[in-house]
Amino acid sequence: MADADVIVVGAGIIGAACAYFLTQAGARVVIVDPTAPGTVCTAACMGHLVVMDDSEAQFALTAYSCRLWTDLAARLPRPAEYEPRGTLWVASTREEMAIAEAKSAFYRARGVEAHVVTQGEMAALEPALDSSLPGGLWVPGDSVLYATNAARWLLDQSGTTVLREEVVAMGGGRATLDDGRDLEASVIVNAAGAAAPALTTGLPIEPRKGHLAITDRYPGVLTRQTLELGYLASAHGQATESVAFNIQPRATGQMLIGSSREFVGFAPGVNRAIVGKMLERAQRFVPCARDWHVIRIWTGFRPCTPDNLPLIGPAPGDATVWIAAGHEGLGITTSLATGRLLADRWAARDSAIDPVPFAVDRVAAGAHG
Amino acid sequence: MADMLTVRVNGVVMCVPPGFTVLAALDRAGTRTCRTSVTGEPRGALCGMGICQECRVTIDGRSHERSCMTLCQDGMEIVTGD
Ligand SMILES: Cc1cc2nc3c(=O)[nH]c(=O)nc-3n(C[C@H](O)[C@H](O)[C@H](O)COP(=O)(O)OP(=O)(O)OC[C@H]3O[C@@H](n4cnc5c(N)ncnc54)[C@H](O)[C@@H]3O)c2cc1C
Ligand code: FES
Repeated sequence: MADADVIVVGAGIIGAACAYFLTQAGARVVIVDPTAPGTVCTAACMGHLVVMDDSEAQFALTAYSCRLWTDLAARLPRPAEYEPRGTLWVASTREEMAIAEAKSAFYRARGVEAHVVTQGEMAALEPALDSSLPGGLWVPGDSVLYATNAARWLLDQSGTTVLREEVVAMGGGRATLDDGRDLEASVIVNAAGAAAPALTTGLPIEPRKGHLAITDRYPGVLTRQTLELGYLASAHGQATESVAFNIQPRATGQMLIGSSREFVGFAPGVNRAIVGKMLERAQRFVPCARDWHVIRIWTGFRPCTPDNLPLIGPAPGDATVWIAAGHEGLGITTSLATGRLLADRWAARDSAIDPVPFAVDRVAAGAHG
Repeated sequence: MADMLTVRVNGVVMCVPPGFTVLAALDRAGTRTCRTSVTGEPRGALCGMGICQECRVTIDGRSHERSCMTLCQDGMEIVTGD
């Protein structure tokens, strides 16, 4: 007899969401990860649940996933620190107000509440922002989360136990563990994040390093997740190095400051030069950030694909291998939709959104510049 | 006594000699709690030499200043318990 219907490799937020929805669909699931659940990229992130507009597919995935998070919100435990803080997108120049207008029109046309705010309105919303900034866009429906605890809760709810082993090979209905044991199942899900290409050759995923800084407690200084409209250019370009202003006020009153993006392989050390640029950028938008004490800085590796969309679905050439990886800087947001899409496939039922844009064979390996 | 400094600790005026740290002023005022931890527990100075961060107070509106590393200045406003 098979060891499970589905083996999920990787207990980050993506593997946890897959386990959650697959068990709901009736599958017997085993999840395998040598490290504690949610402690790799999932622990390095900001946990901003955000609707994005850089492509129709990204919008569909993020908007659907944010709806799923909203549906879960009332059940999430306190340690998941779910807070409906919304997103304030800030223009750094007059010209960027045109981006705010376009973004607002895009969201509104698709049923997402969004309001362009003037300089004065923005100063009233967030007095800590530099008062010379021209305005921005207020999207009240977004929220924030402490992703590690959310992943653990999803796993608990699914009732699956995590096997603390490393998978060294997968395919042909089998996952081989590092102690030489084979586990059998009709489907093996590769949810190994930035490490996914080590298990499924040819996956076009590269680590995109990011830094975050967390401060001491400054309660009430900012109340919304606040980031610059130019964030999209930083996040969804493929530049070798970029920074963007992004601050998230936490439930404790601490401020999470981001964000940086670099293609430098898996080099975990803190790059002081880029942290300096990141903090300078934060101070440009929020002058009082100059007085904040940063108490910790860390790095993480976003699993990045060439077109910035995740890979969700069967791997080419082996129907027993499904991929759920490559979520770049939006994996917390898009985890629930990812789990749902795979569970729908498992249950042979229609999905709420079109899964085709995320098909694994759409992008070739080595397409990164 | 012309060179004594006047500071306020939680609104109460007191005089201290020059060279007094804020922590020494707190001690003289009988205030042991410098700050409140994230779980609401009282915290006070431990190392006295700038390392442990337990002695943080609000000085002239700036939060999280280490009282053991800051010298009193005339007119300084010190608030504890944040
Ligand atoms: C600085 C930063 C900020 C971010 N901010 C946000 C944000 O605000 N909002 C948002 O939505 N997203 C954000 N992200 C992105 C988000 O963190 C990731 O997209 C998400 O965590 C990816 O989840 P994952 O489960 O695929 O990967 P991971 O969390 O890395 O999980 C993969 C798991 O696979 C396991 N694994 C690897 N190899 C094997 C193997 N051989 N056998 C068994 N197990 C294995 C690992 O141990 C790990 O636990 C941010 C990322 C960074 C770095
Ligand atoms: S008492 Fe330790 S830093 Fe001040």
